[in-house]
Amino acid sequence: MRLLYLAFGLILWTTSHASALDVEEHQYFPGSGARVLKILSTTDLALFAPYVRAFQDIRPDIAVDYTVVSSSELHRAIRDGAQFDLAISSAMDLQLKLANDGFALPYWSDAVEKLPDWARWRTLIFAITAESAVVVVNTDLFEGLDLPETRQDLLALLRDNPDRFAGAVGTYDVRVSGLGYLFATQDDRATDAFWRLNEVMGRLDPQLYCCSGQMIDDVDEGRLALAYNVLDSYAVGRLAADKGGRMQILEMQDFTNVMLRTVLIPATAQDIDAAGAMIDMLTTLGIRDQPGDWPLPSLSLSGPLEKSGFGPIRLGPALMVYLDPLNRRNFLTEWEDAMEQR
Amino acid sequence: MTKSQSIGRRLTLLLAAVAAVLSVLSWAMVTVLAREATQRTQDNVLAASVTTIAETLRSEQAEVRLELPYAAFAMLGAISQDLVFYRVTANDRTLTGYDDLPSFETGRQGQVMFHTANYRSVPIRMAATTRLISVGDGQTQVTVTVAQTRDGVGAIAADLSQLAAFFSLAFFAVAVGLSAVVAATSLRPLNEIAAAVSRRGPSDLRPVQRNAPAELAPLLTALNRLMDRLRNSIRRSEDFITEAAHRIRTPLATVRAQAEIALRTVQGDTEKDRLRQIIRAVDESSRSAGQLLDHATVAYRTENLTQDRLDLSELAADTLAAMEPTASMRDIRLRLDGEQAPVIGDPILLESAIRNVLDNAIKYSAEDTTVTLHITCSDSETHLTICDEGPGFGDESFDTLTERFRRGPNTGGIVGSGLGLTIVAEVMAAHGGRIELTTSTHNERGGACVCFTLPSA
Repeated sequence: MRLLYLAFGLILWTTSHASALDVEEHQYFPGSGARVLKILSTTDLALFAPYVRAFQDIRPDIAVDYTVVSSSELHRAIRDGAQFDLAISSAMDLQLKLANDGFALPYWSDAVEKLPDWARWRTLIFAITAESAVVVVNTDLFEGLDLPETRQDLLALLRDNPDRFAGAVGTYDVRVSGLGYLFATQDDRATDAFWRLNEVMGRLDPQLYCCSGQMIDDVDEGRLALAYNVLDSYAVGRLAADKGGRMQILEMQDFTNVMLRTVLIPATAQDIDAAGAMIDMLTTLGIRDQPGDWPLPSLSLSGPLEKSGFGPIRLGPALMVYLDPLNRRNFLTEWEDAMEQR
Repeated sequence: MTKSQSIGRRLTLLLAAVAAVLSVLSWAMVTVLAREATQRTQDNVLAASVTTIAETLRSEQAEVRLELPYAAFAMLGAISQDLVFYRVTANDRTLTGYDDLPSFETGRQGQVMFHTANYRSVPIRMAATTRLISVGDGQTQVTVTVAQTRDGVGAIAADLSQLAAFFSLAFFAVAVGLSAVVAATSLRPLNEIAAAVSRRGPSDLRPVQRNAPAELAPLLTALNRLMDRLRNSIRRSEDFITEAAHRIRTPLATVRAQAEIALRTVQGDTEKDRLRQIIRAVDESSRSAGQLLDHATVAYRTENLTQDRLDLSELAADTLAAMEPTASMRDIRLRLDGEQAPVIGDPILLESAIRNVLDNAIKYSAEDTTVTLHITCSDSETHLTICDEGPGFGDESFDTLTERFRRGPNTGGIVGSGLGLTIVAEVMAAHGGRIELTTSTHNERGGACVCFTLPSA
């Protein structure tokens, strides 16, 4: 009897634990049938809703249950065995770690076979968009200053104008944001200017964010003069919607990190068929030639990305290096030391 | 004779079977080697990875510190998309990585050891190395283990194996083609000998003089011995016929002489008739014996033909003279007109041929007729035509008339052996000439014509 209570309690604990998701957004898109495709994603609802509708045009029988969480929350939830049919995340490293550790189910189809080699890993992870990290500035607050073109320029600018930028510089809180951590670690690999930049930003009372959307909001509304490592896809969308024109996107010329938004089927998935149909649709859209009326870019490295010559961050086991607890601890310590001086 | 399988085919099949075995062996060998080679490649990368990680180990504030280098894992991702697992332990306490990764015996410090195991029900290849780090007072043994699934290795090995299979098949196909060629080539001497033997004329019993391979020499020797025996046997039977003909002819001559004497002495018509019948029968027997003798002579002499240069008209004149008494007995005139006709040949055989034709002509001619012997000569050929005024050959074909012991349809009432034209045909064949049988156009009563054609000398 005690055992039964214990078991019951354990079940309660696990369910509550698994469902204790820090949900940012959630929407249920009803379908004509009983089937439900449960998606756990880091992509904002506004950006992803058109994809769900396009999907339901093809498969009206499938309802879509869409939940938005942060990338680290997504990683933790899937690791803890939360039941979802699809996981879409911008944090490639965390997705790769899930796949490597056996939390993803294999999937293969004609659609994913058409992806370029760099846009998939084994039969587990498939890229659907290529998005770069950019700097977003508020032109009003930059009045009279040259817009920086490289990280060196940016460094000099921040160093030379501490009054103007104090409290007006934003970036990811890499302790919270999986994507922010990915961009920061890739910056670390690519340039030594990264740490100097962090130190300079650290002296300017930087504002730390969980998500690109909020950073862009604050730049747009003049609370921030500059946001570093923002997803261009979000910024481009906001720029298109915003007629005021106070915001500008800057591509750093020294190098640009290109992130792949990836999708995988969690090991707990129940409707693999529906998940596969969604993957097929998303990957087919990923390799489209025409931009089309979609909120997220395709995988084609066109435009400024092509000019810069930087390929996307490579999907591979090397991504797991910075996720190693020791490495992560070291990196965060260093980052905190740089960011939180005073 | 039961038809057994062709040697060529059997040889080809055997060689093809050998090629098939070799193909399969080479494919298996390449497959094993490919697996080994790809395995070693993976081992090398794993070894590089663990070594790179071990290099970063250091002690800091009485603690083992390490920083996983990006390159250590990037190199693992460079050759394949395999799952990667790792663990770093210090004195058997896991510092970082996958705690449940299987352990295995590691070698001495700095040496990289490899191990194959199952992890999460997937086969993995592991590499591990140990390093001693001085921490505080003591030393800590730190073990770095890196493991990778073997899908990439398997895929490359399978690709290579498939390629090897393709090449083995190609090799096999080429080998089968070559086997057929080899079989044909090695059987060529045999086929050549067979062709040479089958090309021979029906009476050619000379030994086969050919360079035969060692394997065929006994067969050839046996064949030649057999032909030798056959030739001797034929010669013996011909000798026997000659001997028999001789022995018959001499007593026949005596019987004829006695019968003639008796014919002159007896008075009664009945007795005379009976004696005449005896004489005629004796004459026929004598002719037949003579022809058998001629035939045997022809058979014997054609084997070793004498090649004398001689004048055909002279030969014909001599033969004519010898036949004159027989002809005059029946008031048959023999006429020869012709020029000098030099030919190369055996005088005895040619004489025998002319004599047989003349004999026939006289035999089938009515009394008081003429038998004409006419010789013409061109640059390349010499023709000798003998025409009579008898009944001709009738409708029987040439082949039938020259067949041994076969007689034409117009021979009613006249005795004969049927050997005459056979002898003539054989003599002409031996001399590279030919014989034609026609109906005479020289006189209105028709008659048979026999035309010899011989190459001119």
